[in-house]
Amino acid sequence: MRRRLWRFPGGLRLPGHKAASLELPLAEAPLPERLTLALRQHIGAAAEPRVRVGQHVRKGEVLARSREYVSAPVHAPTSGRIAAIGERAVPHPSGLHAPCLELEPDGEDRWLDGLEDDQVEQPPSEPAELRARIRNAGIVGLGGAVFPSAVKLTPGPQTAIDTLVINGVECEPYITCDDTLMRTRASDVVAGAALLRGLVGAAHAVLAVEDNKPQAAAALRDALARAGEEQTGTLEVREVPTRFPAGGEKQLIKVLTGREVPRGGLPLHIGVVCLNVGTTAAVYDAVFRRRPLISRIVTVTGPGVHRPRNLLARLGTPVSHLIEQAGGYALERARLTMGGPMMGLTLSDDALPVTKATNCILVEPERAAAPALPCIRCGACAGACPVRLLPQQLYWYAQSGQFDKARTQGVFDCIECGCCSHVCPSNIPLVQYYRHAKSEIAAGERERQRAERSRRRHEMRQERLAREQAARKVRRRAPTREGAGDEGQ
Amino acid sequence: MMAVLALTALAVALGGALGYAAIRFRVETNPVADQVDNILPQTQCGQCGYAGCRPYAEAIAAEEADINRCPPGGEATVIALAELLGREAKPLEAEAPRVPSRALIDEAECIGCTKCIQACPVDAIVGAAKQMHTVLAAECTGCDLCVEPCPVDCIEMVPIALTPENWKWPRPAVQWLEPEAPRCAEVAR
Repeated sequence: MRRRLWRFPGGLRLPGHKAASLELPLAEAPLPERLTLALRQHIGAAAEPRVRVGQHVRKGEVLARSREYVSAPVHAPTSGRIAAIGERAVPHPSGLHAPCLELEPDGEDRWLDGLEDDQVEQPPSEPAELRARIRNAGIVGLGGAVFPSAVKLTPGPQTAIDTLVINGVECEPYITCDDTLMRTRASDVVAGAALLRGLVGAAHAVLAVEDNKPQAAAALRDALARAGEEQTGTLEVREVPTRFPAGGEKQLIKVLTGREVPRGGLPLHIGVVCLNVGTTAAVYDAVFRRRPLISRIVTVTGPGVHRPRNLLARLGTPVSHLIEQAGGYALERARLTMGGPMMGLTLSDDALPVTKATNCILVEPERAAAPALPCIRCGACAGACPVRLLPQQLYWYAQSGQFDKARTQGVFDCIECGCCSHVCPSNIPLVQYYRHAKSEIAAGERERQRAERSRRRHEMRQERLAREQAARKVRRRAPTREGAGDEGQ
Repeated sequence: MMAVLALTALAVALGGALGYAAIRFRVETNPVADQVDNILPQTQCGQCGYAGCRPYAEAIAAEEADINRCPPGGEATVIALAELLGREAKPLEAEAPRVPSRALIDEAECIGCTKCIQACPVDAIVGAAKQMHTVLAAECTGCDLCVEPCPVDCIEMVPIALTPENWKWPRPAVQWLEPEAPRCAEVAR
């Protein structure tokens, strides 16, 4: 069965640089001396600590959780002692500190009771129970967006989902963690996908792989064939052409189904739910093995390390520890990026911990940004934009502080893929301008809402004071009238 | 004759309806003052010399007050007001705006006098007589009005900390090879 594929506009063909990190097999990173677990490794409310300093915890134990709907708990990646609770440096563009837990491993790596034997059990049949298990396992989108998966898997009764997309595209150069996962855990991905398809009520599920990963696609096909007849009818593996950013959720949905997610909308509005392969494997672990999300595969690569490779790293592991496992630095002065070269986040130092969002640590030679030149309105950026925006126009509005106009020009539809900056012959850091505009608009919106609340509270107070004064007046008058009545008797 | 009568009746009926509507659905507020009020930051601090944002907005709308008397709003508010009202933007009248802060009560020192509760324009302080008071941080506008009435000086204005949640991407620091745009003088030459 060969069905057609669609194309998304713009995009780039980039050199892959993926072979280097695939030479060595996947290995588990040894226990570091200390794990730093951020309480907010996801989109939504920060988790609140449920442990005390000095308390001994077992591997897989809940360390922090929130009552908020959009949030995810944090679990202990190994057994040990809670050494500290406080503000620590986390991987964030601001370089600011955020609340973290510090865990000192005891070296025994003992699981919580009931989790120690690696038994595969039958999943619960009740959808609500499945979602609760996914939520309680702390699973968030491991492709990089870290949105709590249980929320995504609860589309609501009014929404009919027909297609589940499992995203194994991994379109950014250098990154190979999903490729490695699909090669080593193909059957888990297939089992997870089959379960998720049933959970969202989709008629079929597509496992999408970029056509530069033939081994991953073959592994998935093998696993699918082994899974038996009933799965092959509803699950399929499809290869999509290699073009950045084909792994973007909206771009991938366009390529596979021809449907476009409307502005401000979500994939579920057009009947699609899309999850990353790593997330799917984590769901498998949570549902079939009752194991929470405590580790992930991280690619450590780039010209700056001696032995690029993929490592199964516990959350909270310092980046420096992973670089050591990859043979150490090969350069005197290296620049660290969390994520890929297009959309990654520059890290200020290597003591920062791995979070649920850390798919790759890229070590490159340090280089100064090329000086920028004025925009010549060549339009190369508009041709590269996968969202069909007008990057030069957005840039013009963002740099001149006309954020309202940037908003009407669709700055919030920008997925920050970096294609426009990449092709800009004037080296203008376009995406940075859009991020600046977006955060200014968001801050203005927050401020406006806060002002509105203050106004309401002030008005209510004025009303209350007026009411109290009126009541006092009535009370002052009341005794005199009573007194007059007394005299008359 | 019939047509004249019919049209007259119609005119009277509709005129009556309009007249009734004008009384029944009368809009009390001054729309200019509303628009001005929407721009003001709603701190209710009184630094403009009026008893809150609404009275100041009404004074601006009545052209009794200048548009540059709101320190918490800062320059952005002056510019927005100038644009709305077609007046000239002026530099702020008061001293440089303070950093945004929130009130914090030293709860060990508080004697429970309720003076700050009465001063707070947005009811952001809770407590009762001879009981400890505390500030609802999320509702505090940082107006400073509770600091002065406190007899034991236990209220402090604490600047709002920068966290990853309220942090903003800065304008990129770009090293330009040439000026961003030719200056007027250069164009004229």
